Amino acid sequence: MIRVNGLTKDYGSRRAVDQITFDAQQGEILGFLGPNGAGKTTTMRILTGYMPPTDGEAIVAGYDVVEESLEARRRVGYLPETVPLYTDMSVFEYLKYMGDLRHLPDVEDRVDEVLEKVGLADRADGMIHNLSKGMRQRVGLAQALLHRPEVLILDEPTIGLDPGQVVEVRKLIREIGKERTVLLSTHILSEAQNICDRVLIINKGRIVAEDTPEKLQARLLGAERVMLRVRGETDDLPFVIEKVKGVQSVDVKEEGLVEFQFAPGQDIRPEVAKAVISEGYDLLEMRPLGMSLEEIFLELTNTERNPEQGAK
Amino acid sequence: MKTIWTIAKREYNQYFNSPIAYVVMFMIMLVLGIIFAIVVRSSIDQAMQMQAFGAPATAPDNSPITGNLAFLLVFSVPALTMRLVSDETRMGTMELLLTAPVRDWELIVGKWLGAFLFILTIAALTLVFPLMLTFQINNGLDPKQLISSYLGIMFVAAAFLGMGVGISSMFSNQIAAFFLTMAAFIFMWWMVGFPAGLVQGGTNLFQYLDMKSHFYDTFNMGKIMLSDIVYYVSLTVLGLFVGTTAVEMRRWR
Repeated sequence: MIRVNGLTKDYGSRRAVDQITFDAQQGEILGFLGPNGAGKTTTMRILTGYMPPTDGEAIVAGYDVVEESLEARRRVGYLPETVPLYTDMSVFEYLKYMGDLRHLPDVEDRVDEVLEKVGLADRADGMIHNLSKGMRQRVGLAQALLHRPEVLILDEPTIGLDPGQVVEVRKLIREIGKERTVLLSTHILSEAQNICDRVLIINKGRIVAEDTPEKLQARLLGAERVMLRVRGETDDLPFVIEKVKGVQSVDVKEEGLVEFQFAPGQDIRPEVAKAVISEGYDLLEMRPLGMSLEEIFLELTNTERNPEQGAK
Repeated sequence: MKTIWTIAKREYNQYFNSPIAYVVMFMIMLVLGIIFAIVVRSSIDQAMQMQAFGAPATAPDNSPITGNLAFLLVFSVPALTMRLVSDETRMGTMELLLTAPVRDWELIVGKWLGAFLFILTIAALTLVFPLMLTFQINNGLDPKQLISSYLGIMFVAAAFLGMGVGISSMFSNQIAAFFLTMAAFIFMWWMVGFPAGLVQGGTNLFQYLDMKSHFYDTFNMGKIMLSDIVYYVSLTVLGLFVGTTAVEMRRWR
């Protein structure tokens, strides 16, 4: 597990991370979301013991990252943003070296196991400088998994992978996240939506929002929006929908396509459907329009930029 | 201890993947080979002169070989240490090492040990010259001088490598590390001793700091002195300490 309290990091006079507080439980995948330069990498570097914080404390796997740095580092697997590889070694040599540094028993068996997991078993003897970017990323991931860490910290783990590999790596992360604590950073919002149990949106060194992807959406949405499509002309469909109790507004998007809003919590979709059908329309489709994480993200980071306009 | 050994082993193996190491090895063997030929030639001349007077032949002198080996270290060690730490920064693997359960000093000592073992390998290769002198020539080398001079080479190499690792840790640029290391060696080997001749009266600070006299005047003459060992070990420790501090400071930046 990870517990962070009031973490602050200054680079000279610039404050990169400002009073960040959060925690992550075992079996949880926590997503770190934010634009470039928001402080994601800095926070991760502090958590992995690479650099000490200016202020605040961080407990990783039960150990303070400053006071008991070595113990904490033993229990953390880390994949930095630029995958750190010795390009003049073979995949197997590299992983064996990392395993030896961590004093793993039966390193060679463990390396084979991890290579199997990341799908690189057939490249074990290949030199790292001959590998593609996606493969290097997976070697980096293998390195982070090698010692069965309690906490896994991944800085942009799917960057540079092709779509097929992205799916595979996400699956792998989700699997690992079942029993371990995973903290991953990304600026791909769908990725956070896809694999994270909880998302932390961070901007300019501060946490601007923290919740499950679903709740973040609900929280930011004043009302729920539903799209409705009928066959043929729209006619007086808006009036029909408007009459249903609970509908806040109706909007004709195009011929046969209507959007309506209602207060969150009271689902009136069945009533609307009944009303539409009883008026003789052929209902083709009815689909809730969630606000995408992209929109939430932009809204939050914009709010941060213009606090006086902020309507959170 | 296991961590240090793991790092040392990698660094040692690494040298055999790099052309610089082979160039250094070749250069040392070439120069010492020429010196060896001169030593053989001059001891033959000497033996013939002695024979003319009916005197027994004297043993050949090995000190030019080890003496020049020490001299060559001034130029070869910077090439061997320049990338030790700076390369890790360049490749981004420093982040890996600093987030692995490795203490900063273990990292530095491991790197130093790897380079030290490599120098020992080169030194072992150069043993071929004195061994030839010992076994091919009747009335061979003085074993005491041979052991003492190679022991001296070990201490000189240790001190040079310590300083080299220390300087390499301060730079992320290999070339900068190379030139500063060489400048430091030249200063310690020749220049720091200059003022000693100008000051009247025996030993003084400059003479003590002079790196070459601790080797040429004692180890290479068959004398093993504790004070020389203390001198070289202090330099080694100082270099490793600077290296560790540089790595620690990197964390705080």
